[in-house]
Amino acid sequence: MAFVNWLKRHLVVIAGLFTLGFLLLPNVIVTVFSFNKPKGRFNYEWQEFSTDAWRDPCGVADLCGSLSLSLQIALWATLGATVLGAMIAFALVRYRFRARGAVNSLIFLPMAMPEVVMAASLLTLFLNMGVQLGFWTILIAHIMFCLSFVVTAVKARVMSMDPRLEEAARDLYAGPFQTFVRVTLPIAAPGIAAGALLAFALSFDDFIITNFNAGSTVTFPMFVWGSAQRGTPVQINVIGTAMFVVAVLFVLASMAIGSRRKRQKA
Amino acid sequence: MSTLTEAPPPLAPAPEKKPPRRRGRLTPYWLLLPGILWLLIFFALPMVYQASTSVQTGSLEEGYEVTWHFATYWNALTEYWPQFLRSVLYAGSATILCLLLGYPLAYLIAFRAGRWRNLIMILVIAPFFTSFLIRTLAWKTILADGSPLVGALNTLHILDVTSWLGITAGDRVLATPLAVVCGLTYNFLPFMILPLYTSLERINPSLHEAAGDLYARPWTTFRKVTFPLSMPGVVSGTLLTFIPAAGDYVNADLLGSTDTRMIGNVIQSQFLRILDYPTAAALSFILMFAILIMVTLYIRKSGTEDLV
Repeated sequence: MAFVNWLKRHLVVIAGLFTLGFLLLPNVIVTVFSFNKPKGRFNYEWQEFSTDAWRDPCGVADLCGSLSLSLQIALWATLGATVLGAMIAFALVRYRFRARGAVNSLIFLPMAMPEVVMAASLLTLFLNMGVQLGFWTILIAHIMFCLSFVVTAVKARVMSMDPRLEEAARDLYAGPFQTFVRVTLPIAAPGIAAGALLAFALSFDDFIITNFNAGSTVTFPMFVWGSAQRGTPVQINVIGTAMFVVAVLFVLASMAIGSRRKRQKA
Repeated sequence: MSTLTEAPPPLAPAPEKKPPRRRGRLTPYWLLLPGILWLLIFFALPMVYQASTSVQTGSLEEGYEVTWHFATYWNALTEYWPQFLRSVLYAGSATILCLLLGYPLAYLIAFRAGRWRNLIMILVIAPFFTSFLIRTLAWKTILADGSPLVGALNTLHILDVTSWLGITAGDRVLATPLAVVCGLTYNFLPFMILPLYTSLERINPSLHEAAGDLYARPWTTFRKVTFPLSMPGVVSGTLLTFIPAAGDYVNADLLGSTDTRMIGNVIQSQFLRILDYPTAAALSFILMFAILIMVTLYIRKSGTEDLV
């Protein structure tokens, strides 16, 4: 009876942790199987422990090439989407102008559209225009679908900003440029950073839109997709594990820096 | 993501929203121009091209011509309605499962996690940075024939029940509808958890205490206070899960079989393998309109029209 009561009291915690386990189970499997030594072409069954793949992560043809291509595309797409998106976000929050509603829906629609529809329609455009598919078409597509997410992230931050701070800066005879660089931008920075991070993750991981618009260019997700048909090298699991570890370390480090700053201020 | 949820409240009550500016009437337009042009050229214009493609006839060799051949839509619908139906069913089931699985975790992070909150949050977001294709492939290992999980489900006779329901086949899970729905649920779960968390976090915990003071049992408090207040999160979470899941073809391809093909798979193969562009364009328009209609009805029904 005591156990039943305990169970009842902690039901939410137990259910929540179960979900967390469900979310992390594949990551555990990916990590474990990065130490596997498969007998055939596919890495789906455990054979024996080995660190071969970790010692030679680029040992598979085209893997690291596709990885570096994906990184380049993600960096440029992040830069493009963040600049264009932050500008739109500022305009939307800070100014009243005509066509505001139309702009808002144009921002919202790409997020509310299944990826395959956007991917297919963009391919129709490129085919009709006779554009060569490759790096540039991928980049164009990535900036397009990351843009809305950046706008939303930056908008949320700028909206929660007190406009009186900027008024105060103007009262103290700061020019518009000075106000923007010294007051507005620092306050909006976390929103812009969040938008940029989201854009990077979305671009780096995108498969559906890239698959339609890449031509014969192979990004990392496309390499993984191809390997699912041909045979999955263990190195894919190594990269997957490394990405997870780097992401966790990155977030932990940024949190540590953030809390130290807070302490310094206090 | 948070266009669907409301924006966080201002830090201090702003005296007047949107102070009208005199200087630089054209400034907003200059700020908007590059981004909006990008969206018009690479998002809106392609839709127009696709619309025109869907009413063309011809062949790849001889070229296509706009002939207002609307029969393509009818043919696409009559031929591929099973895949449409399957997409709605799979995406719907995945959305419900995401809500059931995601709510406790979002609740846990918002109210019960204490100093573990940031760590759990990281663990929810970090998988995003491992390619989702790699993680989906991991489900192939987890659900493989003779894996510990499938063995356990078999021993507990759960697979007998699910096979009777027609969502698994015999003692297999991989290449059945259950595997596809499991993959969809897994892939879109974070899109449910994050909006749920955002709306739960805004609820003042003293409302829970107040409910308790009024002799509400925990379940009643949840039903009458917490859940209604988290509705914006529920609505945006279900939309962010259902829409991408309905158009997905990765899970159905990697974890399913030819019997579990969704409409995304059909569009993909029509476009990239069969090269029947008019049919492919018509299919993706039907998918888009079907989703638009369903989403509009759903938003009306949940009484949160101001969200979009």
